[in-house]
Amino acid sequence: MAKVPVQFTLNGAEKAEFIDSGTTLLHALRDKIGDTSPKGGCHQGTCGACTVIIDGELRLSCLTLAETCNGAAVTTTSGLSEGGVLHSLQRAFLDAFATQCGFCTPGMIMAAKVLLDHTPNPSREDVVEALSGNICRCTGYEPIIQAVLTAARSNSQNAV
Amino acid sequence: MALALQTFPTVEDAGAALKAAGTRYLGGGTLVVRAANEGDVSISGFIRSTEPALSIIRISGGEVRIGASVTMAAIARHPDLAPLAHAARAVGGPAIRNMATVGGNLFAPTPYGDFTVALLALDATVTTDYGELPIETFLAKRESNHAIVTAVGFTLPKEGGFRFLKQSRVKPKGVAVLSIATVLEQAQDGTVTSARIALGCMADRPIRARAAEKALIGRKLTADGIAPALAVAHDGTSPPTDPIASAWYRNEVLPVHLGRLLLA
Repeated sequence: MAKVPVQFTLNGAEKAEFIDSGTTLLHALRDKIGDTSPKGGCHQGTCGACTVIIDGELRLSCLTLAETCNGAAVTTTSGLSEGGVLHSLQRAFLDAFATQCGFCTPGMIMAAKVLLDHTPNPSREDVVEALSGNICRCTGYEPIIQAVLTAARSNSQNAV
Repeated sequence: MALALQTFPTVEDAGAALKAAGTRYLGGGTLVVRAANEGDVSISGFIRSTEPALSIIRISGGEVRIGASVTMAAIARHPDLAPLAHAARAVGGPAIRNMATVGGNLFAPTPYGDFTVALLALDATVTTDYGELPIETFLAKRESNHAIVTAVGFTLPKEGGFRFLKQSRVKPKGVAVLSIATVLEQAQDGTVTSARIALGCMADRPIRARAAEKALIGRKLTADGIAPALAVAHDGTSPPTDPIASAWYRNEVLPVHLGRLLLA
């Protein structure tokens, strides 16, 4: 099968690859580009482990074909830290023990980032709703919810 | 093995390509890419169209037309579609709602397709590249219909006339035990003058509760008034047994939830 070109911005850097037509974005990111932060869990759109941000919107990379992302801006968890300094969400997840096996963490952080981008001071209900598409089998969710609320408070304090 | 994607600027061109065996129309990907990921070997390729009209919501004089590529998230945030926001938010989590389309929801098998339950209660019409069909007719033959859905249309219900309920075991997001949508019109004294009741997860696709609709006419929305409708609520249903609920359980709880919705 002939390869097709895809070109998009990944975490601010231009990426261009030749892929098999119909390749999912998850496969392209992990196996062609080498960004393994989105995880392949259920491949059914149920677990949220593959969650990325495309043009500011939360998407599931396992159900998104890479060709449909031509010209888009894709953000993954691996693009959040700057100059070796963790993003406030990453720091809060570490401090709140919101990660155990870690498999769901990149998807959780992506979902939380979109929430905080639009709602800087979310309620607990806002956080629960924002994370409702992401499954965690380790933590019981409470540490994750607390980490997102902590990151929101931290962002607010730093903004003052 | 990857499956080839073909993108066309017009629905007409996409429709021609869709005649090839094994091709599936790609909307948001939450159904067909999922099926391919699960190993559905009947799929050999994806077809999609980028025609702009597919992504437009048009509201004029109370008449609504929603392009088939409009997502659940776009419906949920549209200020003029506020009565339907609850039904749109019932679909999946935030990422799914950014992807799942109105057109795709029409094909979602039970226990999915919550928004289609709302469209059925609204007595929507489904426009395809071959013409326009009442939604009930479309749903009855959706598997054998190879046309591309381009839009759905309906009349906005009067304020408070539309009600929707989705019951799931996991909160806030979960697969439906059942979903119910109603569009009711009442006289000034509260007597029901017209009723449409749509049920999700009570058959292999959304269905109308005709017997309950008939039993509501001329009655008031009180516990006594709705009792005859609740007694016949599961006439014609054939709910599935799946990991979410048994058929028996769905039939048992249907009158309970329908009653709560009607008395809300």
